[in-house]
Amino acid sequence: MINVTIGQFVPGNSLLHRLDPRTKVVCVIATAIAVFIIASWYEFALLTGFVFLSMILTGISAKIFFRGLLSIWLLLAVTFFLQALLTPGEVWFGLGFLKVTKEGLAGGGQIFLRLVLLILIAFLLTLTTSPVNLTAALESILAPLRRVGVPTHELAMMMTIALRFVPTLLNEADKIAKAQRSRGAGFGSGGAMDRVKGLLPLFVPLFAGALRSAEELAVAMEARCYRGGANRTRMHSLTLKPEDYMTLLITFAILAITVWLRYT
Amino acid sequence: MSSNALPGKQAARGRSREGAVYIRVKGLTYFYNRGGQSEQAALHGVDLDVYKGEFLALVGPNGSGKSTLARHFNALLTPFEGTVLVDGMDTRQGEYLWEIRQRVGMVFQNPDNQIVSSLVEEDVAFGAENLGLPPPEVRARVDEALVLTGLSEYRNHAPHLLSGGQKQRLAIAGVLAMRPDCLVLDEPSSMLDPSGRRELMDTLLRLNRSNGVTVVLVTHYMEEAAVADRVMVLCSGRSVLAGTPAEVFAEEQLLRNVGLELPVAAKIACRLRRRGFLVPDGILTIKDMVAYLCR
Amino acid sequence: MPVIKVENLTHVYSRGTPFEVTSLDSVSLEIQRGEFYALVGATGSGKSTLVQHFNGILAPTGGNVRVCGIDVANKGLRRELWHRVGLVFQQPEHQLFEETVFDDVAFGPRNLGLNNAEVRERVIDALRLVDLDPEEVGRTSPFRLSGGMRRKAAIAGVLALRPEVLVLDEPAAGLDPVSRRQLMERIDRLRGERGITVVLVTHNMEEVARWADRVAVLHKGRLAMEAPPREVFNKTEELRALGLDVPATVELMLRLQARGLPVRADLLTIDEAVVEIARILNMERNMEMRQPGV
Repeated sequence: MINVTIGQFVPGNSLLHRLDPRTKVVCVIATAIAVFIIASWYEFALLTGFVFLSMILTGISAKIFFRGLLSIWLLLAVTFFLQALLTPGEVWFGLGFLKVTKEGLAGGGQIFLRLVLLILIAFLLTLTTSPVNLTAALESILAPLRRVGVPTHELAMMMTIALRFVPTLLNEADKIAKAQRSRGAGFGSGGAMDRVKGLLPLFVPLFAGALRSAEELAVAMEARCYRGGANRTRMHSLTLKPEDYMTLLITFAILAITVWLRYT
Repeated sequence: MSSNALPGKQAARGRSREGAVYIRVKGLTYFYNRGGQSEQAALHGVDLDVYKGEFLALVGPNGSGKSTLARHFNALLTPFEGTVLVDGMDTRQGEYLWEIRQRVGMVFQNPDNQIVSSLVEEDVAFGAENLGLPPPEVRARVDEALVLTGLSEYRNHAPHLLSGGQKQRLAIAGVLAMRPDCLVLDEPSSMLDPSGRRELMDTLLRLNRSNGVTVVLVTHYMEEAAVADRVMVLCSGRSVLAGTPAEVFAEEQLLRNVGLELPVAAKIACRLRRRGFLVPDGILTIKDMVAYLCR
Repeated sequence: MPVIKVENLTHVYSRGTPFEVTSLDSVSLEIQRGEFYALVGATGSGKSTLVQHFNGILAPTGGNVRVCGIDVANKGLRRELWHRVGLVFQQPEHQLFEETVFDDVAFGPRNLGLNNAEVRERVIDALRLVDLDPEEVGRTSPFRLSGGMRRKAAIAGVLALRPEVLVLDEPAAGLDPVSRRQLMERIDRLRGERGITVVLVTHNMEEVARWADRVAVLHKGRLAMEAPPREVFNKTEELRALGLDVPATVELMLRLQARGLPVRADLLTIDEAVVEIARILNMERNMEMRQPGV
């Protein structure tokens, strides 16, 4: 059993759940830009407040957001300490050759906060948007590219299916690895050549299985009248509602404020 | 379903025989890898009529061509020789292709490999969306299909967290949202546990008896075939036997020769006859046997 | 003497993470050497997790598992178990990977470090055990075989390890009735001829009734029942509540009882059921003869 539930869609009916997924994608990009622009602690406070308010509005337990952060704590810690230790400046305290500077601490803190905010913003999108709606939004936003020959529908469908098959394939890999170990396979021991060879018992059946799944899925999709994007409708048609315009307005106002504070 | 099995079954048979032919298969021959080194004839001149509103079971040993035949019913495969007509439409004619696939829905053996979306209701919508229906219509059909399969409370679940029986009901719901006349199921229960199998059979019987959906069920379970209106036995790509379950399961030796067995109740009836008891023909299910012994 | 002894076994997946799942909860059971032991339970009841402890693939989170005298918690010794306990997974044909059936079956013996002659001898023996021709099928690519033959080849791959205990997870799923019966007969014969202990994980209650000496019922990670099939199938209501069935013969007898016929319900095989029904029919016949007017 393998878990891939971090950051996965949590069904609900909050304002953020109800927003058009395109609105959410655009707002996430705008807010992420803002996160990179901000520099002063006031601006950080403003943006953190905005993100926290949005988190409360999702109605999703803070624990779920927190767990997601925990899963990358190592990355966060390393970035913070590297920044804190390697920035030259006024030494705050030193341990042997390690010197923690005031500038380093401030810089490390800011980078840490920026990363945390970015991740939380990404979660705001993925936790409140079903994968299907997410791909529908991307398909719609990228639609203009269709004119220059980018197969946007096909890309979106591929993404939908990939998301759907990740848990299935992970389970399959786990099962095959166990079955081959039951016949004495020792993955990853011996020299480089042996190691590569040792992976064959895992990868040959895994690829064969993935191909079989792909073929069966293709037949099943065809049986359900799938013939590409043409003529296809969606149960959830994407329409912008008043709350979408409001959300976009507020988000862009915040982006504008950060730009103004930064560059004037 | 009939409570007093024998007369009920007669009625069911009457109904299906009187009904119009929905799918007509004539002289169907099909090869795998035609012209290649490993050319294999999968079907040899198969004739079969599927009547509107009936429950037809297709049985046969592994490799008998059941699945190949089932895939001809909605033009996933088309015949090399012979014809398959769905409500009069020839499956080889491209202009009918989507109409045929909308009318004849398919459910496959492995529940995992027919689910497209990572959300139950989105998956149910997939087929209806492909028909190009307006969104409110898709919504209505999805809700209806979820109710018919008893999955309404799981609409927002991830399919990979459902049980096997629920996954197969989800596959059925995805087909029902296209409002088909006929459901073709290719060994849908072979990967399910007993309660999953029961769920699935209950759903199929209800759809057939109450909603008038024609059902073609490919199965290895003789107990499932015993409750059908008609049974067809395939072996090595040929139709060797067809008729009501009573007629088909009267041929114990022939069935055994092709790798099949009788349902348990029929087996018991058969052995009792061998011991000199005058057990009537047509005892196929446990219900039949109880009705006979407690007459 | 128990070949497998499980005491208070608990297994928790992803322990210490938010996704913790208790798959087994203090399960205790013993499997005797040479026994045909069946394991039943609805999907997700923990059967697969349990059997994966038998050959050392999983280590217990809590409790104790001893297999062939080896404590599974001992990391060094656990490594020996894979060839003493052969584990046939569900749909084992999906694990074939070599270019020929021979090489695939030889994978296990080669991992044992046997020389070529011994490997060859074992492969030929294993293929014969599952009714595959070592000469003809051995040279074929497993991907060219029919589904049923692929299944047999995969089972041969485990038999070639010459295990003391053979664990099979739904070995007959998807096979037609006659192939199904042949496979079960084959497995039972192995037990008789080679003294192998068989652990069968299955959904098919007819198979349990026909072959098993004892059966364990798992429900949500706990052992709900463990007894000979006759006793277990007596508890129809409990089994149904656990999402399981009783064999058709038991069901028939119970329904007859419910309608007031004086039949025994603890019958497992069709032969037994026939004898019992014949007894009832004879009784009726005698009654009718005594009261010609009625």
